[in-house]
Amino acid sequence: MPTRAILSSTTSSVTDLDLIDPAARQARPVATGAHSALVSPVDIEAREVAKTFGDTAIFDGVSFRLARGEAVALVGANGAGKSTLLRCLMGLIPVSAGSVHLLGEETSAAQGTALRSLRAQVGLVSQKHNLVPRLSVLSNVVHGFLGKSPGLRHWSHMLAPDASRSAAMHALEKVGLADFATRRADRLSGGQSQRVAIARAIVSRPKVLFADEPCASLDPSAGEDVMELFFRLVKDEGVTVVFTSHNIEHALRFGDRILGLSNGKLQLDATAASLSPSDLRGLYD
Amino acid sequence: MTDLSPARLERPSAVSFLGYTLGLVIVFWCLAGAGFSIDKVMSSPPRFADFASRAFPPNMDPQVLARLGWKMVETLQIAVAGAVIGVILSVPIALVAARGLIAGPAVNQIVRTLLGFIRAVPEIAWALVFVVAVGLGPFAGMLAIVVDTIGFCGRFFADDMEGTDKGPAESLTATGARKIDVVACATIPAAMPAFISTGLFALEKAVRSSTILGLVGAGGIGIELKVGFDLFDYPTAMTVILMIAVVVIAIEQLSGWARIRIIGDQQ
Ligand SMILES: Nc1ncnc2c1ncn2[C@@H]1O[C@H](COP(=O)(O)OP(=O)(O)OP(=O)(O)O)[C@@H](O)[C@H]1O
Ligand SMILES: [Mg+2]
Repeated sequence: MPTRAILSSTTSSVTDLDLIDPAARQARPVATGAHSALVSPVDIEAREVAKTFGDTAIFDGVSFRLARGEAVALVGANGAGKSTLLRCLMGLIPVSAGSVHLLGEETSAAQGTALRSLRAQVGLVSQKHNLVPRLSVLSNVVHGFLGKSPGLRHWSHMLAPDASRSAAMHALEKVGLADFATRRADRLSGGQSQRVAIARAIVSRPKVLFADEPCASLDPSAGEDVMELFFRLVKDEGVTVVFTSHNIEHALRFGDRILGLSNGKLQLDATAASLSPSDLRGLYD
Repeated sequence: MTDLSPARLERPSAVSFLGYTLGLVIVFWCLAGAGFSIDKVMSSPPRFADFASRAFPPNMDPQVLARLGWKMVETLQIAVAGAVIGVILSVPIALVAARGLIAGPAVNQIVRTLLGFIRAVPEIAWALVFVVAVGLGPFAGMLAIVVDTIGFCGRFFADDMEGTDKGPAESLTATGARKIDVVACATIPAAMPAFISTGLFALEKAVRSSTILGLVGAGGIGIELKVGFDLFDYPTAMTVILMIAVVVIAIEQLSGWARIRIIGDQQ
C-alpha cells in the first residue's frame, strides 16, 4: 500500500502544492559573490569544521562545498560523527572550530531571528524521529510550518489554516500515511513514525534537506520509496539533500556524491560514479 | 575448607563509633526537648479510653450531620478552587523556573528560591496571613491553598519539564520555531502525563490542608473540630474526624483512579 501511495503522489502533488504556495514555484535566487565561479551555486559549505565534546574530539578539519540540487550521501561507521556533523551544519550545536555556511549565510555565527529564518528553509529528519508523543500525526506534520509562520495557529492541526492542513495531508500522502492523520504519534510503528518525521521535514518545502538515516526503520520496499521521494525532490525541485545511510547500495545509487567520515577526518569526498562498494567498505575498518 | 566470605560485622572505626554516639546523644536531647515522659505515656491509655468513651458513639443527629455535610462541601469547594487556580498559575511559573527552557540560569535560581520559600511556610501560616489580608472566611482559605499549590506544583512542573526527552524539542528547533512555540508544541505535551499526576497530588494535598484551615478561621470544616473540642462536645468532634478521614481517603482513591484512566494508557 505505501508503495503505491508514494509513487503515485510524487508526480501529481508537485502541482497541487504549488497552488497552495505559489512562491515555491519561483526560481530560487542564485547565490552571488565568492561562489559565482562555480556553475551551480553552493548551498552548504563547511570550512575546517571541528567538533569536540568536552575532551573528546569527534572530527576536525572537515571541509566541503555542496552545490545546489546535489544529493549527497554521508557515510561512516557508528559513532563516526555523522549525526553530530548534521547538527553542526544546522547550527543546533556550536562548532568547536571552523565555520559553516548554509544558503550563503554563516550558520555558525547566526543567532536569534537570522538563525531561525535560516533553519526555516532547511528540513531535518533526525535519526530518532523525535515526534511529539500524545499529539496526532497531523499536528506533528503541521509543526513543520512553525519556522515559516510561528505562533498559535501551527501548534495543532485543529488551529491550523486550511492551506497548512491540506499541505500537511499532501505530505502524509507522499509518505503513504494519509490514513494515519488522526492517530496518536506514540502509537505508530518505528517505520511509520520515521515516515511522519519525513513528512514534517518536507511539508514546508525546504531548500535543503538533511535526513539522518531516513531508511533505518523502513522495510526494503518503503526504504526504496523514501529514497525515490528524495531523489524526486532533488531532480524536480532542486532541493539539496544530504542523507546518512549504512546502506552502501543506497548511498551509491541515490547519492550523486559521497562524503565519508572515519577516524575523525573526512576521508572520502568523491562522486558516486567514481566509487565502488568496496571503496566504501574501507571506511568501516 | 577456608571461608572466604567477609565477617558479618565489621569492627567500627573510631570515627564511625564517635558518629554513632553523637547520633544517639542528639536523639536523646531531642526527646528531652519534646518533653518526653514515661509517666505520661503510661498514664495516657486510661485518659485516651476516657476520651473515647465520651466521644463514642459519634454524633449522628441528622441536623448535625446536615450542617457538617455542608461544611464539608465548603471544604471541598475551597480545596478544588484553590488547587485548580494554583495548578493553572503554576504552569507559567514553572516555565521560568525550569532550567534551559526559556529563562536564564539566574532567573531559574531566583524563581526556584521563591518557590522554596513558599513551601517552607506551612499552609496554616499562609491562612493566618490571608485572614489578616482579606478577613475571616473561606476566601482566605482558598488563597492559602492557591499559594501552597504554587509552591508545590511550580517546582515539580519545572522538574517534570526538565526531565522530558529533548529530541522532539530539538527537531522543532530545527524547523526554525521560536522557543515559546517549541515549549508549547514539544515540551508541554511531553510533560503532560507528569503534570496530570503532579496536579492530582496537589488536589489530594489541598483537600487534606483545607480540612484544618478552619482552625484559624479560614473556612471549611476545621472550625467544627475546634468548636467541638472547645465545648467538650467530643461526639461531634469525632463525627468531624471520621468525615475528614472518609473524604480524604475517597479523594485519594478517586485521584488514583483518574491518574490511571488519564495517563495509564501510556504503557
Ligand atoms: N551530546 C554529546 N555529548 C558527548 N558526546 C556525544 C554527544 N553526542 C554524540 N556524542 C559522541 O560523538 C560521537 C559521534 O556521535 P554521532 O551520533 O554523531 O555518530 P554517528 O556517526 O551518527 O553514529 P551512528 O551511525 O551510530 O548514528 C559518538 O562517539 C558519541 O558518543
Ligand atoms: Mg547517527
